[in-house]
Amino acid sequence: MAATTAPSAVRRPVKQGMTGDLTKKFWATAIMWLMVAVYGLPVLWFLLSSFKPAGELFSYPLTFFPKHPTIKGYTQAWTSFDVAKYFVNTLIVAVSATVLTIVASAACGYALAKYNNWWVKAFALCILATTMLPGEVILAPLFLVVRDLHLYNSLSAVVVPAVITATGTFMFRQFFLTVPNDLLEAARIDGSGELSTLLRIMLPLSRPIMLTLAIFSFQWRWNDYIWPLVVLNDPGKYTLQIGVATIVGAENVNWSVLLGASVLSMIPLVALYLVFQKYVMNADINAGLKD
Amino acid sequence: MVDSIHATAEAPSRAVRRGPEPARPRLLRRRGRRLNRYTGAPLVLISVNLLLFVTFFVWPAVTGLLYSFTSYTGVGDAPYVGLDNYQRLLNDKAFYSALTRTVTFTAGVVPLTIVLSLGTAVLLVTDYTKGKSVARIIFFLPWLISPIIAGVIWRWMFGENFGLVNFVITSLGGKEVPWQSNANLSLFVVIIAAAWGGTAFNMLLFVAALKNVPTAYYEAASLDGAGSWAKFRNITLPAIAPTTFIVVLLSVLGSMKEYALVQAINAGGPGTANNLIVQYIYTKGFQRAQIGYASAASFVLMLILMVIAIVQLVINRRRES
Repeated sequence: MAATTAPSAVRRPVKQGMTGDLTKKFWATAIMWLMVAVYGLPVLWFLLSSFKPAGELFSYPLTFFPKHPTIKGYTQAWTSFDVAKYFVNTLIVAVSATVLTIVASAACGYALAKYNNWWVKAFALCILATTMLPGEVILAPLFLVVRDLHLYNSLSAVVVPAVITATGTFMFRQFFLTVPNDLLEAARIDGSGELSTLLRIMLPLSRPIMLTLAIFSFQWRWNDYIWPLVVLNDPGKYTLQIGVATIVGAENVNWSVLLGASVLSMIPLVALYLVFQKYVMNADINAGLKD
Repeated sequence: MVDSIHATAEAPSRAVRRGPEPARPRLLRRRGRRLNRYTGAPLVLISVNLLLFVTFFVWPAVTGLLYSFTSYTGVGDAPYVGLDNYQRLLNDKAFYSALTRTVTFTAGVVPLTIVLSLGTAVLLVTDYTKGKSVARIIFFLPWLISPIIAGVIWRWMFGENFGLVNFVITSLGGKEVPWQSNANLSLFVVIIAAAWGGTAFNMLLFVAALKNVPTAYYEAASLDGAGSWAKFRNITLPAIAPTTFIVVLLSVLGSMKEYALVQAINAGGPGTANNLIVQYIYTKGFQRAQIGYASAASFVLMLILMVIAIVQLVINRRRES
């Protein structure tokens, strides 16, 4: 930990010189907004370009704002390229994977936090191991397993293997560790069964974690690319990311359709984030694991 | 039963010897044993994850290892070829170049991501900045955008004949830069895009860590007359070291497995110059149907990832002790 130890921890905060504070505020704010520009500009440029008619996209000199704004790129993407279908597929995948992930992670996380059997602890290590060796590493054999289970080319092939996540499990575990054991003991003394304690007492308590994991899981599944690409073959079953990637990979990239389709595919996640952003920002993912 | 009698019989003598304190371990021990009596419930609770773990992790890992010793193509039988696949990998120039490209990519992305995500996190936590609520949303946008779309955005920005970046360069009197036809420059674009996309998640981890640094340390340091930089170096950095470790580990492992972004920006181009390792595995396994060979490559990747993780864990443990 820090080399400096607090000699008097409960001292009033020191008043700093007003002028020093002001310059600091100025520079910090300036740097932050510069970073905002760096991070936001590519998206803004992309967004503005998507409203340009096809002819204007490449006409020099480039202009920042579209001169003749149009939504033709969007309508074209929607009609010529099955966006609606891909939307529905992606939605099915993301929603069902999210619901299942929450159920499985909550149950498993609770077991890891509140039971001391040796095999529960051993299983915790196994779950941790999955973060070291995720799907990409065993892509080919994982594909064979899915094929042997007769799941190939079905949306459930995308959903089912995604349900088990170390991040989700450990988020719930960390949370349930903070719930006092006395609560559990009290429920037991009152004659509540183990599973009904989980359902009626523990799960309602964990609502913030559920919501955070829901947003994370939805984002992972919505943006997933390589796994759906491997297990889906029929264009009618494609998800948005594969759909967009097919336009990128085309011989002659139709930029106006590509920009329209890309923006359309971002909308649900951005909307979801704007609604729930305070939960995402407060997510103390101290297990610190990524799917 | 015998155990519980023994425990209670022993406890009083201890309590007499050392006062009320030693009662605590006894209590803990007893509670642990009581929890241990429940086997059915935890088994039910972990059953879904256990089933999925065995089906989608143990099973593919074992079959993958077995197939890596065969020349399986996905159909028909799998003729055993021994270590042939691994030998071929050692002599495969494309494999080496994919591997070195992946390492270069990781070496570029990870430091950049750390600096950017720590920087943005500090700016979002400090009291000195104004307009945090807007900045927070903008910093987070790249996390919402999928690697495929992010790839499209950066391809659009860095287009050779039509991109904004080249337009700005030529407007300023420079020469058009071959962002796509030069292998090193196109890797550079991918690195920038990956750092841009990887910032938000790591920033989230850093923000949580920064909020947990006790403010008393800063106040004490201010009394001692420490400047901002000294405080950051001597208090903040050591305090968030565990998080930094996790961020480094996750970014390294994540960059080693990058696929979608590269695919969308330049498909590993020009040519195959920027194929990363997962692209190599994907091409071999699914486009050329060399499942056995791809499995062998997967296991080499897995070995590398494990070595990285273990080395980092060991370094971290040594530093902590």
